[in-house]
Amino acid sequence: MRLARRAVVLAGLLAPVAAFAEQFAGKYNPLAEKVSDGLWMVRGADEAIAFANGGAIANSAIIATDAGAVLFDPGVSREHGRALGALAQRLTGKPVGRVYVSHLHPDHALGAAAFDPALVHALPATRDELERDGEGFSDAMYRLLADWMKGTAVVLPQGDVSEGEAEFGERKFRLLALKGHSGGDLALLDQATGTLLAGDLVFHDRAPSTPHASLPDWRASLDRLAALEHKLLVPGHGPLDRDGGAIAQTRDWLGWVEQTLHDAVTRGLDMSEAGELPIPPRFSMLKAARYELQRSVSHFYPALEADLLPKL
Amino acid sequence: MMAKLMTAALLVTVSAPALAAPADPLHSPMWEHHAAILFGKDAVVFDERVAVRIPEIAENQRVFPVTVDARALPQVRRIVLFADLNPIPVAVDYAPTDAEPFLATRIKLDQRTPVRAAVQTQDGIWHVGGAWIDAAGGGCSAPPVSRVKGDWADHLGEVRAGQWPEKAGETRLRMTFRHPMDTGLVENIPAYNIERLTLRDGSGKSLGEMQIFGSVAEDPAFTVVVKATGAISFEARDTAGLHFPGKVGA
Repeated sequence: MRLARRAVVLAGLLAPVAAFAEQFAGKYNPLAEKVSDGLWMVRGADEAIAFANGGAIANSAIIATDAGAVLFDPGVSREHGRALGALAQRLTGKPVGRVYVSHLHPDHALGAAAFDPALVHALPATRDELERDGEGFSDAMYRLLADWMKGTAVVLPQGDVSEGEAEFGERKFRLLALKGHSGGDLALLDQATGTLLAGDLVFHDRAPSTPHASLPDWRASLDRLAALEHKLLVPGHGPLDRDGGAIAQTRDWLGWVEQTLHDAVTRGLDMSEAGELPIPPRFSMLKAARYELQRSVSHFYPALEADLLPKL
Repeated sequence: MMAKLMTAALLVTVSAPALAAPADPLHSPMWEHHAAILFGKDAVVFDERVAVRIPEIAENQRVFPVTVDARALPQVRRIVLFADLNPIPVAVDYAPTDAEPFLATRIKLDQRTPVRAAVQTQDGIWHVGGAWIDAAGGGCSAPPVSRVKGDWADHLGEVRAGQWPEKAGETRLRMTFRHPMDTGLVENIPAYNIERLTLRDGSGKSLGEMQIFGSVAEDPAFTVVVKATGAISFEARDTAGLHFPGKVGA
């Protein structure tokens, strides 16, 4: 009783302060979902990057090998990368021996800060893009995520990867050097289990994001992924794809966005009107659909206007 | 500079007469300051009939789309589009003489801010609508893309436009201009922006006129609905006195 009363008094005293106080980050608590033999998926929240989720919105994958765990996409911050590394060690009994960064975006790449740069591998295009945009991303993430980002510095991947067969700790991978979601998109096929780690070339039940997208390249990359024999697919965002529907869903959304924005310009709509257009019911299971449509308007609309509005 | 601005803001707040403006539902720290300057002693109401349509995220703080639709209000004579916490708060001041009270454009955002439209009706009352939007810094204080790229002068004044039938007797007009829209807040780049846009029908009668400020996005785009059909002409003028004319329809 006494405690309770004190708590009430304290709450009353603190309330006006708390409204303006700094919010402190929580603790990352990544959970693994077993996908196949020696391979786990760690699900991100199917949301926008926000303080409430610590920026942990991208999927990661962990693969057991004799030479240490492989971590595919190390998360958004140093603490996130550390939590994923600790999880990998618990699952595989070995520390992380290799990190792959699928592409430059901060929710996938900045967690490399938790690891020795020599362990971090990516496509050369991704390193170039991180050199160009990494600091800007870091600023943006510190603004949004504040305390969650503490200690996070941009780590440029030191290991180059290229298209073809690769082996790490006796485990065989097929690496694909693709592009379209960004200037460099790495996909990895685990040969033993037929599991395809698709990075952000494939979204599943979560609307694709397009800040550095080239849609023709993206479609060509989806063609290659669809043609590659695989049993399971870990998308960059959204749940595990067991039936091969995620590639088609990603392609469908991108095609719809492109056509819809093209039509919006030819119908005389401005950007905010285009961002309010109805989203067809077939996309009703896609999380963050309105949010990503409005982002795509921002990414594509000015160039479409420059193409489609008559020059006087 | 900042200190001077702050002092000016404080003086205005302190010395302003009893405000006609009601308490701000958005609780903006700059509301009273802007209300005193923009509205003086005019009556002000917050009014849902002023629709300020903005996306849920400021994906690009240099190019933030805003649509103001006050067609639910009768006899509008002025629309002022502004962002409370921008260093250049007012973006557009539009007098839709013979046009619908409708305006779509893109503005710069320099930080998290309310984005609002104040719409004055013929009776002198200001009707205000708007919402907060979160944004990263730098919309007004970073150099325009074409300055960084260096090709702004190659495309200066390129005009694109299109027209579409709206309801009977009305035309939707869209205009884009290549222009750096320099704010003057970037080191060694003086302010340089389109400052006026005039709309006319085929006979030369004015349909509407806008005053335009440096907080409108680079390569500005404007969408309006005029009460005219057939040939419609427009002309933008920038702060260097250059004219950018255009014409659509018959």
